[in-house]
Amino acid sequence: MTTAMPDLRTETMTVNMGPQHPSTHGVLRIVLELDGETVLSAAPTIGFLHTGIEKTAEQKKWQQVIPLVERMDYLSAQSNSMAFCMSVETLLGVELPERVRNIRILIAELQRINSHLVWLGTHGMEVGAVSLMLYCFRERELLLNINEMLAGFRLFPSYVRVGGLREDLPRGFHDAVRAFLDRMPGKLDEYEDLLTQNEIYLLRTKGVGRISKEDALAYSLVGPIARAAGIDYDVRKVFPYLGYETYEFSVPTHSEGDAYARYLVRVAEMRESLKICRQALDRISPTGVFAIADPRITPPPKDKVYTEMEALIQHFLIYSQGFTVPAGEAYVPVEGPRGEQGFYVVSDGTNRPWRVKSRAPSLLACQALAKMIVGGLIADVIAVIGSIDVVMGDVDR
Amino acid sequence: MDSTSLVALLQEAAPDARIEAVPSVDPHPTVYASGDAFPALARTLRDRGDLAFSVLMELTATDFWPREPRFELVYVLVSIANRLRLRLKVRLPSEDPRIATVTDVWPAANWLEREVWDLFGIVFDGHPDPRRLLMPEDWEGYPLRKDYPVQIRMTPTAAEPLQVTEEEFRASVARDRLTRTTPR
Repeated sequence: MTTAMPDLRTETMTVNMGPQHPSTHGVLRIVLELDGETVLSAAPTIGFLHTGIEKTAEQKKWQQVIPLVERMDYLSAQSNSMAFCMSVETLLGVELPERVRNIRILIAELQRINSHLVWLGTHGMEVGAVSLMLYCFRERELLLNINEMLAGFRLFPSYVRVGGLREDLPRGFHDAVRAFLDRMPGKLDEYEDLLTQNEIYLLRTKGVGRISKEDALAYSLVGPIARAAGIDYDVRKVFPYLGYETYEFSVPTHSEGDAYARYLVRVAEMRESLKICRQALDRISPTGVFAIADPRITPPPKDKVYTEMEALIQHFLIYSQGFTVPAGEAYVPVEGPRGEQGFYVVSDGTNRPWRVKSRAPSLLACQALAKMIVGGLIADVIAVIGSIDVVMGDVDR
Repeated sequence: MDSTSLVALLQEAAPDARIEAVPSVDPHPTVYASGDAFPALARTLRDRGDLAFSVLMELTATDFWPREPRFELVYVLVSIANRLRLRLKVRLPSEDPRIATVTDVWPAANWLEREVWDLFGIVFDGHPDPRRLLMPEDWEGYPLRKDYPVQIRMTPTAAEPLQVTEEEFRASVARDRLTRTTPR
């Protein structure tokens, strides 16, 4: 334009996007420098949701940290608490029973589907497919009902505990999960009917927010974003935990690295998660062992608390003083919905952690955001933020 | 590759870094290196084909106040090509803790180093954008330091900032933290 009309005065415009913008998934603020509709530079500003959870955790007993860390990445609460418990269990030297491992795998995969459904619904809505959000939240409701059944809490169940699980599976759990697993594949087909070949969706996402494989590595991107850029890295396959190596599933990858590839990867991941869930459900007996039998770590059965003195003392000790964890450090990563998620935990040998640090995949995705939106159009910024699936609770902690 | 041969390889690759291996509880090898070796050590770790630690998964710090050296920086590295993990640690003193930045080697370190500077006050020399990340820009103090006054039960006065002596801090920590003496 400037070459055609040399006398025309042009200047760039600075636009403040957020922190109250509805499509920034929380409180992300991006200062955009625009030339017309083209983004010249982008500076994400974070910290609006910083609540000092890591500092608070240093004041809490070990088991009190579990509900805290669930509130970091509020869309994948159970992955957070599982990662934290696994780091602590490594420090304690605890070996989990097989049934507990399978149940954890089942709820981690249900959590992944849950998180991806929220992502698909909100991302779809932001690029114009409003009905998709209603459909996704309809199916998510079933998962929240399963959470409620498990622990009486829909978003932050705190069901995973150090040494196992809080209690045994409720009656009717298998039927509820199986009903969901039978319903879901058809619903995923419906979502794909709405988006995968949708001309408008393709125009909004194909070639948008592209990141190369080299950049994805350099910016430590993991999870679906990295797999959409051709990096075949999944903690479940590369560094297996909880017995994932005994499950049959594949890790979907694409090479384009754009928003559309991320959509394809996440939808394929949901289908793989359904496969894992079905295998896990077949391995889990309706009743059985749900925690290790270590009186120093896990509370005694409730009926014994009411009838036996020793059990009452043990119960009281665990809930008043907590348990001590041997001095040392551990970092056991899990594959959360947003990629490698883990807690670097340092203990000084007391009943409270010395340091808890969450490895936040959203923080690094947010850092790479500028790389993806500079040079694109301002309308695409929304599509890109949606496609990287940031949770500001995880970014700011 | 097992942990012993990885450490031997590191010692051979970076003779100046004074690599010192320590046992770890989790399956990832832990080594200490000297802070002077940065960023050359980081470049070696990334570029050598038999190491190829291309991803900086995590960078954080721990404050062991009042122990000396007070801070420990932790770099969690992953080599996707060789399926390796490494926890690289650096000890830093309480007086003027500083280390060279690794943003040139792993661009992901940019925000991670800003976060460590923000919360621990560790300086990264040569950082392209040394600002606070999570806390407000005009914040005073480094919240994740152990002597940052949050654990202390005392009435705050509006006029002056809370100041805590080492004795008060120790007493408060001793009251809160409990070490059970029975053997495990």
